[in-house]
Amino acid sequence: MLIRNLSKAALAIFAILLSGCAGGVLDPKGQIGIDEKHLIVVATLLMLIVVIPVIFMTLYFAWKYRDGRDQEIYAPKWAHSKNIEIVVWLVPIVIVIILGVITWGSTHDLDPYKPLEHEAKPITVEVVSLNWKWLFIYPELGIASVNELAFPANVPVNFKITSDTAMNSFFIPQLGSQIYSMAGMATQLHLIANEPGTFNGISANYSGAGFTGMKFKAIATATAEDFDAWVAKVKQQSRNLDSQSYKALAIESENNPVEYYGTVSKGMFNQIVMQYMHKDAGMDMSHHSGHSSPNNGETE
Amino acid sequence: MSFLGKLTLESVPYQEPIIMVTLAVVAIIGIMLVGLITKYKKWGVLWNDWITSVDHKRLGIMYIVLAFVMLVRGFSDAIMMRTQQALAVNGAAGYLPPEHYDQIFTAHGVIMIIFMAMPFMIGLMNLVVPLQIGARDVAFPFLNNLSFWLTTGGAILINISLGLGEFAKTGWVAYPPLSELSFSPGVGVDYYIWALQISGIGTTLTGVNFIATVLKMRAPGMKLMQMPIFTWTCTWANILIVASFPILTAVLGMLTLDRYMGFHFFTNDGGGNAMMYINLFWAWGHPEVYILVLPAFGIFSEVISTFTSKRLFGYKSMVWASGAISVLGFIVWLHHFFTMGSSANVNAFFGVMTMVIAVPTGVKLFNWLFTIYRGRLKFTVPVLWTLGFMTTFTIGGMTGVLLALPGADYVLHNSLFLIAHFHNTIIGGAVFGYFAGFAYWFPKAMGFKLNERLGKAAFWCWQIGFYVTFMPLYVLGFLGMTRRINHTDNPDWNIWIYLAAVGAFIIFVGIILQFVQLYVSFRDREQNLDTTGDPWNGHTLEWSTSSPPQFYNFAKDPQVSDIDCFTDMKEKGEAYQRYESYQPIHMPKNTASGILMALGITAAGFAAIWHILWLAIAGMLGAFVVFLFRAYSNDHDYYVQPDEIARIENAHLDKVARGRI
Repeated sequence: MLIRNLSKAALAIFAILLSGCAGGVLDPKGQIGIDEKHLIVVATLLMLIVVIPVIFMTLYFAWKYRDGRDQEIYAPKWAHSKNIEIVVWLVPIVIVIILGVITWGSTHDLDPYKPLEHEAKPITVEVVSLNWKWLFIYPELGIASVNELAFPANVPVNFKITSDTAMNSFFIPQLGSQIYSMAGMATQLHLIANEPGTFNGISANYSGAGFTGMKFKAIATATAEDFDAWVAKVKQQSRNLDSQSYKALAIESENNPVEYYGTVSKGMFNQIVMQYMHKDAGMDMSHHSGHSSPNNGETE
Repeated sequence: MSFLGKLTLESVPYQEPIIMVTLAVVAIIGIMLVGLITKYKKWGVLWNDWITSVDHKRLGIMYIVLAFVMLVRGFSDAIMMRTQQALAVNGAAGYLPPEHYDQIFTAHGVIMIIFMAMPFMIGLMNLVVPLQIGARDVAFPFLNNLSFWLTTGGAILINISLGLGEFAKTGWVAYPPLSELSFSPGVGVDYYIWALQISGIGTTLTGVNFIATVLKMRAPGMKLMQMPIFTWTCTWANILIVASFPILTAVLGMLTLDRYMGFHFFTNDGGGNAMMYINLFWAWGHPEVYILVLPAFGIFSEVISTFTSKRLFGYKSMVWASGAISVLGFIVWLHHFFTMGSSANVNAFFGVMTMVIAVPTGVKLFNWLFTIYRGRLKFTVPVLWTLGFMTTFTIGGMTGVLLALPGADYVLHNSLFLIAHFHNTIIGGAVFGYFAGFAYWFPKAMGFKLNERLGKAAFWCWQIGFYVTFMPLYVLGFLGMTRRINHTDNPDWNIWIYLAAVGAFIIFVGIILQFVQLYVSFRDREQNLDTTGDPWNGHTLEWSTSSPPQFYNFAKDPQVSDIDCFTDMKEKGEAYQRYESYQPIHMPKNTASGILMALGITAAGFAAIWHILWLAIAGMLGAFVVFLFRAYSNDHDYYVQPDEIARIENAHLDKVARGRI
């Protein structure tokens, strides 16, 4: 009885707290995240069709056929029933077929590499994970920022992602999918914010001592003008991101403050990706080009 | 390079009070143990009857002792992590800086999987499988002893890292490039490599040993499809061990070459590619979780069928479902990194394959249900663990299928949702199973039953503690909290982080109760003696022996004609037969070669960690010399004479006769 009441109380608390909590993957602000939340809900409901009866039957059978209830049928040698066997194989098979179809479709729809279909022209951001901060390069605008990412809401953002340290994972929970950042290669991610706001961005893959502080703010501006204002603010900084200043930036730091670079040398991202490919003289890396070029950016 | 390589007095972390206090406590316990053993003059017993023993039952008990010791160590790490996160909210730093905290979560994972769950599983398998198939020992008894000491050698290395140097700060998966020399120049990753490598070789040998055992040493008449279900699930697990552990050995070998010889398998530069490590690691790592959980499934089957006094429903389905899980377990590894950027076709394929595993697992659950159906279920401690498993694991399975959906994994990957999921399956599946098996076979191993009241109390603490700890982690995962972070600054998360810490302490009470249960049961053992060897009216052959079993297990080879072989014998009146005469029994002799070889190899591992060249050579050479001596010695076996067998058997049967009146 006590346990039952406790679990009831726990459930109530659960419901209240969960509805009051904002900011997670169940509170998405971008189309990808919304689709993924929808997928989670549908799949969970589908599985509950089996899970709830199994839990209920476990407790019910255990209670009904407990020792000492001699009015119940006791069949100690009964160990096979073709009909039951067919049902217990078929039910999970059917559920998994349905889930499998959903999986196949949703995985293609939500492929992080797939550009989003949208009337607005996408903007490109090149992302570099460093120890322990995020560098964002805007190749079309010639600017860069550290630990602050801005883009207009309702405009698709194409991310090209690499690492100049251990592997990290680029993740803005409220916008949806994450993708690993890996040195010497570029991965891709396509996201969009459906409404303006400032969202938390993190690394979702442990990368060493300063990992916890590897956070950034992703600002989805309300209008294109607001975004232009942000760009103008960055451009005011006279600092240029080139090989020299990049080297200084790449030095380990924890809880790095937001920084802006008003100008960026051409091809910085490409250089960061390719640096690992040219160190060992005599090694022909040409066959790796498909792997490493940030332009086609495949990792497989 | 100096005489002691990289090892200096500065390698001891004097500045860390937590470590120093721990070491002091360990030292005091160690001195007390040495004192007690000396006082009661048990050194001879310890050496002759245990350390050098090749008896599968004694090795099984030693494995389980190792598992409990490492459970305490791994759980201490867990409590520290939960208290750190509970204290380090709202931007506070907590009491564990990343330097220390990062070692703790790495050690927690490695210890719980490799040095707690694996020894527990292998211990139960050692104890039970030869008895269930009516064999006198495993196929290679000496190898079995060596396997145990190699596992222990690995465990010793990981514990030495506490007081000498550091442990890896990479997470238990030790992904490069973080685990490469450029990012982890210390000895931590080397401890990781050699501890896993040495124990992993022990595990591989165990797998080989038990496959040979079940294939060649079954009692006359026992067909493969008549093996008890626990033996079957262990066999599938052993096939997985033999097929997957060499991958771990190879991938760790490559990481070793990177770190020691300047190779570039997984480095950022020189054409290395960390993705290869990640693929290979999980090509071992995913089968590994089935290695852990399949034997637990077997335990639940035995427990349910015994305590409902009923045959297991759908034996053949159970065997083939386990086989399907084993095979499928090998083609799902990519679901550990859907976020690496594979194409949609690849991700979708691995997602669907993962879900397919839910089919045989679901079948197993239904078969347990229909075993209970029309049975007479006794609510004993093993049954409580089993029912706890059936309800808890179902939830873990559901969240697992959810994570197998690439679209869902893109937002849940590496979050606390994932942590909650795999604890849900490993605690709610494997560990609950081992505890069920522990309570179930304890009287067989020790000759007396465990205290029921304390066992039930421990179960409820674990069960409730589990939900209080891990349900909040599911929520935190949805709220966007990722794993392995040292401190947080999000007021919405606090309540859940606190709850998880409370839950960990409830589990802590459960563990304490388990130790109290052991003490009380031992103290009151005279009232709970198992005189017949068959305390639960069991179905399978292990219950036909005395408790603890005769050292030769079976005086005569049992004749098998049914899956529930011992029930069959009892029904036909063939159980507890007295024989006029016995044949001499061929038995293996105890040997010190196992521990000596493991000692050499562990010393070599330690030397490799600290770059002490002479010790590495001496250790390997020593191990090889012992191996040669063992290989060329003819003094491995002896015969138990019929009069001694008759004396032991008659004493047992007299006790059974008295006990059954």
